[in-house]
Amino acid sequence: MAQLTHRTTAFQKTLSAAILSTRHLSTSPITVETSVPFTAHNIDPPSRSVETTPQELLTFYRDMALMRRMEIAADSLYKSKLIRGFCHLYDGQEAVAVGMEAAITKKDCIITARMFEGEGRFDALYKKEGGFYGGHGIVGAQVPLGCGLAFAQKYSKDENVTFAMYGDGAANQGQLFEALNMAALWDLPAILVCENNHYGMGTAEWRAAKSPAYYKRGDYVPGLKVDGMDAFAVKQACKFAKEHALKNGPIILEMDTYRYHGHSMSDPGSTYRTRDEISGVRQERDPIERIRKLILSHDLATEKELKDTEKEVRKEVDEAIAKAKESPLPDPSELFTNVYVKGYGVELNKSLLELDLTNLSRFSVEQSLVLFSNIKLTLLVIDCISQSFGADRKELRAVLP
Amino acid sequence: MWGIIRQRAACKGNHALNLEQGIRAIALRAFSSSAKQMTVRDALNSALDEEMSADPKVFIMGEEVGEYQGAYKISKGLLDKYGPDRVVDTPITEAGFAGIGVGAAYYGLRPVIEFMTFNFSMQAIDHIINSAAKSNYMSAGQISVPIVFRGPNGAAAGVGAQHSQCYAAWYGAIPGLKVLAPYSSEDARGLLKAAIRDPDPVVFLENELLYGESFPISDEVLDSSFSLPIGKAKIEREGKDVTITAFSKMVGYALQAADILAKEGINAEVINLRTIRPLDRSTINSSVRKTNRLVTVEEGFPQHGVGAEICATVVEDSFEYLDAPVERIAGADVPMPYAANLERMAVPQVEDIVRAAKRACYRSR
Repeated sequence: MAQLTHRTTAFQKTLSAAILSTRHLSTSPITVETSVPFTAHNIDPPSRSVETTPQELLTFYRDMALMRRMEIAADSLYKSKLIRGFCHLYDGQEAVAVGMEAAITKKDCIITARMFEGEGRFDALYKKEGGFYGGHGIVGAQVPLGCGLAFAQKYSKDENVTFAMYGDGAANQGQLFEALNMAALWDLPAILVCENNHYGMGTAEWRAAKSPAYYKRGDYVPGLKVDGMDAFAVKQACKFAKEHALKNGPIILEMDTYRYHGHSMSDPGSTYRTRDEISGVRQERDPIERIRKLILSHDLATEKELKDTEKEVRKEVDEAIAKAKESPLPDPSELFTNVYVKGYGVELNKSLLELDLTNLSRFSVEQSLVLFSNIKLTLLVIDCISQSFGADRKELRAVLP
Repeated sequence: MWGIIRQRAACKGNHALNLEQGIRAIALRAFSSSAKQMTVRDALNSALDEEMSADPKVFIMGEEVGEYQGAYKISKGLLDKYGPDRVVDTPITEAGFAGIGVGAAYYGLRPVIEFMTFNFSMQAIDHIINSAAKSNYMSAGQISVPIVFRGPNGAAAGVGAQHSQCYAAWYGAIPGLKVLAPYSSEDARGLLKAAIRDPDPVVFLENELLYGESFPISDEVLDSSFSLPIGKAKIEREGKDVTITAFSKMVGYALQAADILAKEGINAEVINLRTIRPLDRSTINSSVRKTNRLVTVEEGFPQHGVGAEICATVVEDSFEYLDAPVERIAGADVPMPYAANLERMAVPQVEDIVRAAKRACYRSR
């Protein structure tokens, strides 16, 4: 969920912009070294030196702080039962999303797993015009789908790529290898990104995979192992992968990352790993801390300014939550909307009319009007009517528009 | 007000209805040399060809669809005409290529994914249901999936248990899918074209044993803009004593049964469902209200089958009109045997349909 928020939030006039304009530094280049060199399989790795700017550094900080704040907020919203279903938190892994976003355009496609159900509509979790094709609930399914997006990009001759993201848990799925085989055969511009946080739910990678070197598992497909807690390493790797995929077909990126929370809200996250491990990673490798140190060492902002950014971000999240809390549950008629794009080319005959109208009193005025207007439209254009049913089909029947 | 509506409906008419009457007229003169004949195979091939020609986003993907010319020759000649970018041979990896097809549909292409038989679709069923059928709903209309999954369904001859299952009932249960089952060449052409043009995911259940069968076909059907409406059943044979519903190969059997019944004074109405989902409840109920008796026929397993749904819908909507319990004819409740005599017992035969119709008419001993 935090990945999405990051992707769809436009750059706002924020404290960071204000800081930069007073220092007149925003676009002067800075070179940063990645924390560790890249490990490569069947390919020459990119350089450890990454070009960036003060503006980008401050944006990274702000965006990651926003993501972190969102995850913590989601935690408490779930515990107060305002988020239902499953909730999988992402804190610790922010650098992967932020680094990737910096390397790609809105025309590149992203598809991932992990979704949750919240108040309101699902449409917030998909954003087709931004190239975000949703979180998919079936582990591993998103990889063939992502290769399909890449297939379509190549078919349409768009010079763009697809990032199909999955975790170490999904990395052993058979359909992943089926799709990878076809992607390699047909040179599809597909980048498979394994976010390896080392635990598939409660199962450590060494207990699930005979070979947990996921960047090598593509065999004939080249791979790169990347420090997923370093946003600049992620950015460099994604840029590199995009150039490669457009020319040579698929590539695997393994992001070595870590999640602080358990797999889901019912998982304390400590029955299968030690608390020392979690706090150790938080101290040594936290992605936000890394950027904070870089900002301070390059003198791009003061401690106070960064604290103010955090406060601003917190306020933004609180406001969004307040707004979400106010928004109503969907109208009951929405039970039946969007089952299909298009109804059916069926001629309306009188007996169907009789069947539908017996239930008219149970529809709201708006729905009845839709029903009537559909009937009129149907008679004139001989198009679009069919039935769907609620739990008690005598009580609730809908005409699918 | 209803009078005006009825009048308007009559005036506007129904393209398909006129067509039906035309076809029936031709069928009555079926054996004159002036009527054109077309096999179901050619009907499917020509439909694919025309739709690919009309829309560059349509492409075919599946095992042996290209260089082999199609496992059952349905895609014959298409590779030469449209090239390997649009007629794509895949490895034997159904889950993989079904997922790739759905992903391509997310992006806006119009894939036609072939399963060599629908038995193999079980390897890919997660993508058909969770990735394709549910996406438009889950994304509140943002991600539509204009894909067609097609291939032979149901029993062939002597192919055994793992290659003979009918999937109409399974796929027919899923909201978000449209499920079609053509019988004749006209059905094959019209419904495949409608399926490819449709913006929703369609499961298109063909029948291997029908591929080689010839049916009379009119010029209107041969026109490249021809299509049949999804969700509308066809009354193949009008009658007044008992309604027999069927789809795919069983329509032929039901028509044969109707001829036998006619000699014994029972005038059967045969409905070719054409669409399994959405079921044309309206046509079925209107027919039962006229005849008061119903026999459902299908090839698939009986429990939770298409016939069970038809029976339930008639009991719900037309109970007072029923003069006899609904009869169900279905495949035997066993995995399909290989031995020819046992296989014959496991699949409905014409005699079974005749017997059931007589029971429904209280005419059996």
